[in-house]
Amino acid sequence: MNDLSNVIEITTATHPGMVRSHNEDSISADAATGLAVLADGMGGYNAGEVASGIAVAMISAELKKALAAANGELDAAAVERLVGEHAVRANNAIFQAAQNQAQYAGMGTTLVVALWHDNSLVVGHIGDSRLYRFRDNKLEQVTRDHSLLQEQIDSGLITKAQARHSQNKNLVTRAVGIDPEVETEVHSYPVQAGDIYLLCSDGLNDMVTDEDMELTLASLQANLPLAAAQLVQQANDNGGRDNVSVILARVLKSFPARSGLVDRLKSWFR
Amino acid sequence: MAKLILSLEGSMIREVALDKERIMIGRKPSNEIQIENLAVSGEHACIVTILNDSFLEDMGSTNGTLVNGNPIKKHILQNNDVIEIGKYKLKYVAEAPAAGHGNEDFEKTMILRAPSKAAAAAPKPANEPAPPPKPSTPPPTPRSVPPPAKPAEPAPASASASVPASAPAPAPAAVAPAKPADAQPLAAVQILSGPSAGKELDLVKNLTTLGKPGLQVAVITRRPQGYFITHVEGAKFPIINGKMIDAQAQPLQDHDVIELAGVKMEFFVKQ
Repeated sequence: MNDLSNVIEITTATHPGMVRSHNEDSISADAATGLAVLADGMGGYNAGEVASGIAVAMISAELKKALAAANGELDAAAVERLVGEHAVRANNAIFQAAQNQAQYAGMGTTLVVALWHDNSLVVGHIGDSRLYRFRDNKLEQVTRDHSLLQEQIDSGLITKAQARHSQNKNLVTRAVGIDPEVETEVHSYPVQAGDIYLLCSDGLNDMVTDEDMELTLASLQANLPLAAAQLVQQANDNGGRDNVSVILARVLKSFPARSGLVDRLKSWFR
Repeated sequence: MAKLILSLEGSMIREVALDKERIMIGRKPSNEIQIENLAVSGEHACIVTILNDSFLEDMGSTNGTLVNGNPIKKHILQNNDVIEIGKYKLKYVAEAPAAGHGNEDFEKTMILRAPSKAAAAAPKPANEPAPPPKPSTPPPTPRSVPPPAKPAEPAPASASASVPASAPAPAPAAVAPAKPADAQPLAAVQILSGPSAGKELDLVKNLTTLGKPGLQVAVITRRPQGYFITHVEGAKFPIINGKMIDAQAQPLQDHDVIELAGVKMEFFVKQ
C-alpha cells in the first residue's frame, strides 16, 4: 500500500458547540492511508455518540486493513465497492446494537467517507454530512444531502437561498443504523495537486454560509489547522447550535498507485 | 400548529389553522380562506405547509400579494410575517414550542422515514424466527415532494426501532445563521511605513489577511467580541505595539500598531 503521509496533509477540529452538552460527532483521519471519516450521531442520551463512534471506528479500522491486504492492487471500481461495503457493515453493527440494547434503540448516524487513491478521491456518504472541494479559490459542494430540504430544492419547491430560512433543516432521509439495509452513495472524482477537501457535519454548514467558508479557506489556506479552528469558531460565533466537526485535507502532489511491474521498476530508479 | 389571523383595518375577522397541506386564499367560494372583495383574485394565493415550514405562493393574482410590505411570488413564512391581500391582512403565527420542553431538541438531526420503511424495520417478536426484515422498498423516492403532510409517524410497533420522527419542536425564530459579527463597528488599518504609506484598508469582511504570501501573513478576524489578529504563515510572528505575539489570536485595541513583513500599520476603529 502506498503511504500517502507525504502527499496529503490532514487536520481535524471538533467542538460540542455553544448549546449542546456533549458531542455526538465522531471523526477520524489518517494521512498515511489517505482516509477521512466523519459521522454525526443521533438518538437519545448518549446513543448518538455510540452510533457515530461505531461507524467511524469500524470503517476507518477495517478499510485500512482491507487496503493494506489489497496492497495497492485495486482499481477505482474496487475501491468504491470497498467503501460501500464497509458502510453497510457499520450499518449492520449499529442496527444490531440498537435492536439488542434498549438504551440504544433508534440510534443512527450520518456518514461521510473520503478515500484518496490513485490520483482520485472516492467519496461515500449517507445523510447530511458533507464534503466540499476547494480548488482555484472556489468552494464547491461535492456531496448532495440525503435530506428533506435537498429534496425540496431538487423539486423546485424552494431555492437554495430560501433554504437558509427553512425550519426543516434537520430532517435526513437516509442514515446509518436505522434500517437493516442502507444504500451508500459512492462516487469518485479526479484529484489535482493543491486541492483542499472539507468534510463537515451540519453544525458547520447550518451556521456558516458557503461564502464565509470559501473566504476562510481562501484567506487561511497556508495554515490548515488555523483554517479548521477558524471555521469552528465562526460556527460558534454565529450561535453554535449544534456540534461542529471539520476535517480539512490538502493534496500536496499527485499520487498514482504504483502497481504494475514497470511502475515498480521505475520507482526503483527514482 | 401554525395559524393565520385574518384582519381588516385593524379588526380581527377570524383565525385559520394551517392544518391542511394546501390552503387556498381567494374570492371564489372554493377557497379555504374566502375573501369576498373585488381587489382579491378568484384564486389569489396559496399556502403549502410541510412539517414546520409554510410556503406562501401568489397564484398569478391581478393585484399581487405582499409580505411585510414587499411584493412576493413565493416566500417561506417566518413567525409574525404579515401577508397583505388587497386591504386584508393575514398575520402568520408559528406554533410556540411546547412549554417546559425548552430548546433541547432544537435542530437535532432526525431521520425522516417513509412509512413503508418504518414498517419493514419493525422489530420482530423475539420468539418468531422470521427472516430478516426485507426492506425491499426503495428509499424514499428522490422526487417524493411534498411528502405526506404527517410524515413518517412510526407505527407503534416500530417505535422502538426508530428515532422519533415526529416533527421537531419548531424554532421560535428563523434559524438562518445570525451575523452578530456585523454588529461590530467598522475598523480599518492604515499603512504607516513603506511605499504604500498612508493607504487605508477597511476591514469589511469577517476575515482580512495582511502581509506577503510565502513570507509573512496574518489575519484579522471580526468576531462578536471584537477584532483579533492571528499569525497565519511565515517564520516571523506579527509584532503588536513592539511586542511579538505568539500563535494565539490576539485582541486588537484601537490605535494598536501592527508590524508585519517589515511594514508598520495602525489598527483603528471607525465610527
